[in-house]
Amino acid sequence: MKYDVILAGVGGQGVLSVAAVIALGAKKNGLSLRQSEVHGMAQRGGAVQAHLRLSDRTIVSDLIGKASADMILSMEPIESLRYLEYLKAEGVLITSSDPVKNIPNYPDLEGIYSRIRSLPSTHLVGAAELAQAAGSARSSNMVMVGAASTYLPVEEKYLLAAIEELFSRKGEKVVETNRKAFQAGRDTQASAG
Amino acid sequence: MPEMVLLGDEALAMGAIDAGVSAAYGYPGTPSSEIMEYLQAAAPQYGDFLAEWCSNEKTAYEAAVGVSLVGRRVLISMKHVGLNVAADPFINSALLAIHGGLVLAVADDPGMHSSQNEQDSRFYADFARIICLEPRTQGEVYAMTREAFEVSEAFHIPIMVRLTTRIAHSRAVVQTGERRDQNPVNKSTEKAGWMLLPATARKLWAELLAGQGKFLEYAESSPYNSLELNEKFRDFGVITAGLGWNYYMENRDELPVHPSHLHISVYPLPVQKIRQLAERVERIVVIEEGFSFVERALLGVLPPSVKISGKEDGALPRTGELTPENVRGILGLEPKQGIDVSGIEVPGRPPQLCAGCPHRDSYDALNQALAGFDPKLVTSDIGCYTLGYLPPHQAIETCLCMGASVGMAKGAAQAGFHPVVAVIGDSTFLHSGITPLVDAVASEANMTLLILDNSTTAMTGGQRTILTSSRLEKLVHGLGVDPDHVKLIVPLKKHTEENSGVIRREIGHQGVSVIIALRDCIQTLKERKKKEAGQ
Repeated sequence: MKYDVILAGVGGQGVLSVAAVIALGAKKNGLSLRQSEVHGMAQRGGAVQAHLRLSDRTIVSDLIGKASADMILSMEPIESLRYLEYLKAEGVLITSSDPVKNIPNYPDLEGIYSRIRSLPSTHLVGAAELAQAAGSARSSNMVMVGAASTYLPVEEKYLLAAIEELFSRKGEKVVETNRKAFQAGRDTQASAG
Repeated sequence: MPEMVLLGDEALAMGAIDAGVSAAYGYPGTPSSEIMEYLQAAAPQYGDFLAEWCSNEKTAYEAAVGVSLVGRRVLISMKHVGLNVAADPFINSALLAIHGGLVLAVADDPGMHSSQNEQDSRFYADFARIICLEPRTQGEVYAMTREAFEVSEAFHIPIMVRLTTRIAHSRAVVQTGERRDQNPVNKSTEKAGWMLLPATARKLWAELLAGQGKFLEYAESSPYNSLELNEKFRDFGVITAGLGWNYYMENRDELPVHPSHLHISVYPLPVQKIRQLAERVERIVVIEEGFSFVERALLGVLPPSVKISGKEDGALPRTGELTPENVRGILGLEPKQGIDVSGIEVPGRPPQLCAGCPHRDSYDALNQALAGFDPKLVTSDIGCYTLGYLPPHQAIETCLCMGASVGMAKGAAQAGFHPVVAVIGDSTFLHSGITPLVDAVASEANMTLLILDNSTTAMTGGQRTILTSSRLEKLVHGLGVDPDHVKLIVPLKKHTEENSGVIRREIGHQGVSVIIALRDCIQTLKERKKKEAGQ
């Protein structure tokens, strides 16, 4: 088994936290992993990506090749399309539908949504609203982890344990908010059937 | 053995800790910064060692040599271009009688994710005639860092551990081992071993050259330089180095047979192993991350006995990083087919200054002050504020290397150009801007220096600047700048009019003026407030 995820978003959206939660969950689940991040200049409000590779065998490359990813998991709709060439033909694209309009030439959103929907396997999630309902807009990224969780080869309990471990130093309330956000994201998959 | 999920940078730090490092010095720079950050965060947990940022890579390296002289183990961390700054002590230290293990961790940035160039540090190790270790997994980063300290003490030379972006900034599970005790303080007894007077330096240089045979023997026999031969397949063999191995192995199983393969992780180049491979194949494919260091050594000048293919003949891209897909062509593999992406155009989303960033207000004031001057020259430097080149500010025109804004402004002013403004951050100023300012004062250059003091090294993650802001002004006075032309401004939107007036008046002053724009980095401020609220 090998499962490759391209994580995408805008600097400041918590892409690296998404990577950290899934990676730690995978480790608890006994999988081997590689997780490649972009730091430095690229983080300042620019497009951010991380490569996350999970397997039950040894993983040799830190990067995912083009046309090889099983999933694109994005915190932002146009960012989900930026790395589309990495997705394999039968791969799934999961993205938040909430735009980050910090560029002057942001394209028509309906056009973006319809392009996303035209792909073979996609799931658009209204992450901000669900995160707000869970207790904090900042937990949108955990909504997205929840939405991805039914596809990931990591058991739910390990992802929840990872959330607990990574957010525990910020207090029980933050842990609870993120746990709820995760659940809300996961429920969107159940309702999508 | 304990298992940890670590970035390559963190694995290096952990390797140093477990090797019994007593001190670590460095200057922040992507992709190396997390080495020191991890050491600093880990220090309370793992014991009594020093982990300290320095003014620049040169001062860091020199402090490290002092640690080695008194017998303790020391690590220096920097990015590739930082080694240019530290090149003087680095190259010379190869001649010294290195005593406590001295390991230089340098992180190259092929692809220039956050750098001015993509120079390959292996050339520096070769230049200094020392050993370079180049791990390809996070586990190897840990193990090879430990080994580097042993080798440094065995051969009495500095050892370079070379990382590149994708290993520095990628996480994997690392098995750690037993922690070794630190060395006691025990000053070197090699009297002439630390003195590079011509007479002693000649002797030490001869000794370093005489030691090359041992270094080569170490590289030849290292299990990290692994040679697998396939006697039945002669069409081509593969040499990988660094992350070239990872991308080759990612694709290897799609080849009809596994060709003979030499992987190189330990330099100097293992020449016998290379010859063994070359005897068995008609062509050698070289896949290495960075410049064509191995490939050019194989090519040489005279016609080679086997065909060499890699970056020099264009079979692999000569710029940027290797990837799992761009090594497929040289192996005769077709590109993989994925989703049809035709018709999808995603607008670029370049990095930008944060909302509320003080540099935004400084640039507004500067642009306003310079309105009406045509032509004008604004030199600048390295940091978040380099983004001021891009819209909406388009305020600066140059970026060369740390501190160059000051020297370039001085030169342009002396050549007769006016107005000239140099823009530099506080950390960059302390790194390399002080000495060119001394030059400018000495030559009474007609220029204005704008120091953007946000009290942090922001671009690399908000490390504290080495001197507090209150001392920066005194420093500028002490360098001899006329106190009447050292001005403090607070870059806030409501002060833009006033600030541009200050800048404009100082541009009008015949001589050196320094304006310090003082306001905290918005990100660092947020972090600090969070921390204070938590306590």
